Amino acid sequence: MRNVSPWREPVPPGGTMGEPRARGRFGEYGGRYAPESLVEACREVDEAFREAWAEPGFRGSLARLLAVHAGRPTPLTPALRLSEALGVRLYLKREDLTHTGSHKINNVLGQALLAVRMGRRRLIAETGAGQHGVATATAAALLGLEATVFMGERDIERQALNVFRMRMLGAEVVPVTAGSRTLKDATSEAMRHWVGATGDSHYCIGSVVGPDPYPWMVREFQRVIGEEARGQCAAELRTGVPDYVVACVGGGSNAAGTFAGFADTPARLVGVEAEGGAGAARGRLGVMHGCRSLFLQDGDGQITQAHSIAAGLDYPGVGPEHAHLRDLGRARYVTVTDDEAVGAAVRLARTEGIVPALESAHALAWVIRAAGGGDLPAGSTVLMTLSGRGDKDVSTLKELL
Amino acid sequence: MTNSALGPALHPAPAAGAGAVERRLRARRDTGRGLLMPYVTGGITPGWTDYLRAFAAAGADAIEVGLPFSDPTLDGVTIQQAGDTALARGASTRRILADLSGMPALGVPLVASTYYNLVLHEGPEAFCAALRRAGVGGLIVPDLPVHEADELEGAAAAAGIELSLLASPATPQPRLAEISRRSRGFVYAVSLMGTTGERTALAASAAELTERIRRVTDRPVLLGFGISTPDQAREARRHADGVVVGAAVMRRVLDGAGPDDLRAFLTTLRQALDQECDRPR
Repeated sequence: MRNVSPWREPVPPGGTMGEPRARGRFGEYGGRYAPESLVEACREVDEAFREAWAEPGFRGSLARLLAVHAGRPTPLTPALRLSEALGVRLYLKREDLTHTGSHKINNVLGQALLAVRMGRRRLIAETGAGQHGVATATAAALLGLEATVFMGERDIERQALNVFRMRMLGAEVVPVTAGSRTLKDATSEAMRHWVGATGDSHYCIGSVVGPDPYPWMVREFQRVIGEEARGQCAAELRTGVPDYVVACVGGGSNAAGTFAGFADTPARLVGVEAEGGAGAARGRLGVMHGCRSLFLQDGDGQITQAHSIAAGLDYPGVGPEHAHLRDLGRARYVTVTDDEAVGAAVRLARTEGIVPALESAHALAWVIRAAGGGDLPAGSTVLMTLSGRGDKDVSTLKELL
Repeated sequence: MTNSALGPALHPAPAAGAGAVERRLRARRDTGRGLLMPYVTGGITPGWTDYLRAFAAAGADAIEVGLPFSDPTLDGVTIQQAGDTALARGASTRRILADLSGMPALGVPLVASTYYNLVLHEGPEAFCAALRRAGVGGLIVPDLPVHEADELEGAAAAAGIELSLLASPATPQPRLAEISRRSRGFVYAVSLMGTTGERTALAASAAELTERIRRVTDRPVLLGFGISTPDQAREARRHADGVVVGAAVMRRVLDGAGPDDLRAFLTTLRQALDQECDRPR
């Protein structure tokens, strides 16, 4: 177990996970490091989002779409057999049960509604595992928008099924051949494309990264995970609030949405990164894709490739608010290996009848290790966000098992 | 001996506090000369500094040296490939600056360009001091917009580095005034809404943007992005004080063109700019 920072008393932190400070800052992180050609477009998104988010009408439309199209609220499932084996009380927030199979749909429906409000006719997106791309293609079809999804060539090979789903939903999938041909390069290419398309297109970023207002806006659209879970925990748990709240972190959107529901409680927040993509645990201060945050870099300041069996965690950085939560000691960031994640996926399948996405399996792998290693005291209550289902990973797992 | 010594300015500073790059560009512009700033990716070939000598011989008024970054989000395929090629050869900020330090003075101001991560990696003070030691006089950071520039502005000024800011066709007029006021050396006018790379024609937005910049500053204005031919340079010169030529140079370098070939190419641009000398102001 890699101890990144010692626990600090989780004092309800007032400003934590509210609106960012001036100039989109979370502590020293965040900001709008966009090329000048995108600054005005970012300002327009910011203005539109602030207006919309303050309107009960917009929130009502989004809540209705989340209910009737995406299937919210998602259940809180007690993982009974696994809990017994681990000696903790584990509850799963079932984002895997949403339409399209992951939490990505929460953010995408919000941004798609915003795009319509802004008079945009097309969504641009990047995708790694394909989950955000599928969600974007879905929302675009639902609201009568076009969708252009950038995806690294390597991910296109790994996630052929999701590529087909996107195309079936009417989206254009553009293969990205630059660099490592994964999520990082797809994001760069989507940003390049947006520079030439700001007039009629909205860039629908899939995680809590990118220039201000994206990290804040995406977290707000994902906040529904944490708020629902908070209410469900209050009804289900004797203590009302779990002792630990755990989620996997690539860019960190499901974790940000989950943490946002518990930031003002005594719950300890744990973000679980892939060993080969540990931006929060091992990154250095830098600027990429529009924000100041922590990124994996070599000695010359070049961004290094992330490597994870979970395409959605294959990102060498982390959202700026996670970097801030780390510095504050409010959340702790840990890593697990590919093998541990695969082991956890199999274990969940066999004890609870749930095949998780490999991304989500990272969060579970930490719970398993921490319970076994005494890092999670016996009897602790643990809320873990199961961010997506494992259908997309079946062919990867088939090769390994 | 490094390039830092551009020598005492031949003309006294026309604008109070202007740095050496700006003084040089203003002086040349004021004689009616169209300014030419070719670009080369540092470390692209073993003898890459020979390109700088060829650029100087072809009549460059300043030379932009790219410090390659792994994730160049504002560059099109040509500059991306050039950066990847240089990085694969082991290029780094440190090695490129060492190569520059080892060169005899060119007599042409050098302007580094790179992404902000490489600046933050060293720290803005150390980064600017290293540029200065290598004889670089100016700096362009395309992912550092004016509202995030304070941190680097101070460090650059302290080290005597002129930080040039970019203006885009999408920039509203009040912001354009702030960019023009805070920019040093020159104002980099991005001719179109897009990434770097060759285009078949000069974008219509180029004229409109340069006119808007002119309304708020008399600092030199260089048009960049997409300017690839003598005709385009001539047309750009009707609006701006000069041009930046990057992808058209680097495509030739990637195709194997040597310093002499580039010298010949840039001479055609130089001649086009010299022909168009009665620019309306």
